[in-house]
Amino acid sequence: MSTEGDLLHTVTADNISESRRRLGRMMVWGSAAVFFLLAAMQFLHDTGHSDIGFATWRPVLFAYLLWATALCGAQVVVNGEKGKRTLFVLPAALFVISLVVFPLLFALYVSFTNWNLASLNGPQPNGWDNMRQMWSDAFYWNALKNMVYYVLAVSVEYVIAFGLALLLNAQIRARKFFRVVFLLPLMLSPVAVSWMVGKSMMEIRFGPLARLARDLGWDSPSFFGTPEMARFMIMAMDAWTFIPFMMIMLLAGLQALPREVIEASKVDGASGWQSFKEVIFPLMLPVSVTAIVIRIIFKLKLADIIINITSGGPGGATDSVTSFIFREYRDRSNVGYGTLLAMVYLVLIVIFITLLLKAVSRFMERPA
Amino acid sequence: MSAIFKDHDADRKVRVKWWSSRVAIYAALITWAIICLFPIYWTLTTSFKLAPDVMRGNMIPWWDYTPRWKGWESLGLSPRLIGEVSTVREEFLKRFYNSAIVAVSASMLAVILGSLAAYGLSRFNYRFGFMRNSDISFFFLSQMILPPVVLALPFLVLYKSLDLLDSRIGLILLYTLMVLPIVIWIMRDQFQGIPVELEEAALVDGLGIWGAFVQIVLPIALPGMVAAFILSLVLCWNEYFFAALLTSTDAKTLPVMVASQTGSQGINWWSMAALSSAAIMPLVVVAIFLEKYIIKGMAAGAVK
Repeated sequence: MSTEGDLLHTVTADNISESRRRLGRMMVWGSAAVFFLLAAMQFLHDTGHSDIGFATWRPVLFAYLLWATALCGAQVVVNGEKGKRTLFVLPAALFVISLVVFPLLFALYVSFTNWNLASLNGPQPNGWDNMRQMWSDAFYWNALKNMVYYVLAVSVEYVIAFGLALLLNAQIRARKFFRVVFLLPLMLSPVAVSWMVGKSMMEIRFGPLARLARDLGWDSPSFFGTPEMARFMIMAMDAWTFIPFMMIMLLAGLQALPREVIEASKVDGASGWQSFKEVIFPLMLPVSVTAIVIRIIFKLKLADIIINITSGGPGGATDSVTSFIFREYRDRSNVGYGTLLAMVYLVLIVIFITLLLKAVSRFMERPA
Repeated sequence: MSAIFKDHDADRKVRVKWWSSRVAIYAALITWAIICLFPIYWTLTTSFKLAPDVMRGNMIPWWDYTPRWKGWESLGLSPRLIGEVSTVREEFLKRFYNSAIVAVSASMLAVILGSLAAYGLSRFNYRFGFMRNSDISFFFLSQMILPPVVLALPFLVLYKSLDLLDSRIGLILLYTLMVLPIVIWIMRDQFQGIPVELEEAALVDGLGIWGAFVQIVLPIALPGMVAAFILSLVLCWNEYFFAALLTSTDAKTLPVMVASQTGSQGINWWSMAALSSAAIMPLVVVAIFLEKYIIKGMAAGAVK
């Protein structure tokens, strides 16, 4: 479906007088002037050049909100009907721009400074020092390497989720019950899961999973002892919470498949496996790709479970980038360095996702 | 003695095959159901156990151990303590209340902003500078890949100077930002499914654009909005990263409280289990009763 709009085409004869336009412009510039005046005053106050000012920057925030409201209102005043159309998108756009773009620019500045939050000096620009430090920081590269493993684990999750979706789509009784039950893990907060599963069920002495492992002949089960095991456990727990997510998307895809095609394949004598391989799976490709891409995007933010169970250990084997930077912010004094790591991560993600989407779209265009 | 009517061998084979596939399907379903349910069952039952029960590995209440209210007493939520004043309960309820307020307000705000934007993008042509509709959509959706850790420090500094640190408003703004792309994604799909002719008819009958939106489109899109709202609610309720960094005493949410208690070692599992159960219960209830909407929300973007 085309996203290029103008589906609802309206022609309106707006007769906007010059004085009304002027009023609109005055609203915008007037409130902007108030905002800048307050900001300048507060800046001088903060830097010690002037006594007039407020205790915090909050009045400046109110002035900004006033400006944003005036900007939205002025759209209608100046542009009439066309402005009313702009009013649909403008609030969300302003919201995102002010909460993302400006903080990102600030983060970019901070990432090239040495900044101890406890000291009063504020950020001290230090050129490429943070970058050099990152280059030789084995833990950061290790965390990036872990992220590769974590992302690769999505493929296994996909297989399980597809299997479950097929099961739920089969002719079964109590379908609603199973659907609700399968959905439940997604509802649980990762923090609660990390206690419920990671800290109690996998507890070495009394946890039921440890007991089960002992019964199965593993004498001294330790789920977070060796690096590989710990990483696998984190993956498993994350998979446990997020498999329902992919499963539901795939199930929706399965239910939207045209019945006739599958029946036709049956009439033609395809076995279950053949009809899956030759008909269902190819038809499910677009949905699969969407589900996998979204899952990867979520996976790249993985942190809560790691922070709460292993805090990166043993020896950084389970660290994700987010959990590593989280500790960097908590433990160390130079927040500029942590911010640089985060910015580098963002750049890497953007490159990775762009390439992924490119590859996907090329792959999808190829005739199967 | 042989039966008079006898199935052909081939037919019998089919029946055996059918039965074996039934058994396999239900076995797989039940196995996965146990995998999904056991941690929840374990947490719920552990909250009624005492130390010896935990150590002996008792599993089934009334069968191999007697349920006690000890875990819930540590939250001040047992029948014995419910009438009395309890500081632990106050603390817990405060966190619970914070979580609820923040999650509900952020989801509301996101659904309002997101629906408006999605409707505009699905109906009109925009040009902001070089940005056309598809660029604007991409701008909104691309926020999804933004890792929270990038925004952590700027917001810490920003909120400090705005005096929003450790406040619910600050969290609400951030969470709204976090779920907005998902809401826009779901709602754009919803609005594209509504025929434009409806609004055209409304415009002919004399409604304005906004009138048509509020009176005609919104009621039709309401199930989609509920789906987007619930999905946002789940994400906001469970959010931990920002809450851990940006709140300390007043605005601390439930996940932060749970996380801060997990550090304490030892075997007072019952209280942790009670706390975890209380933290997950609202969403489990939501999942059971509003499952339809959650599935609708997640399916919206998947199937084009």
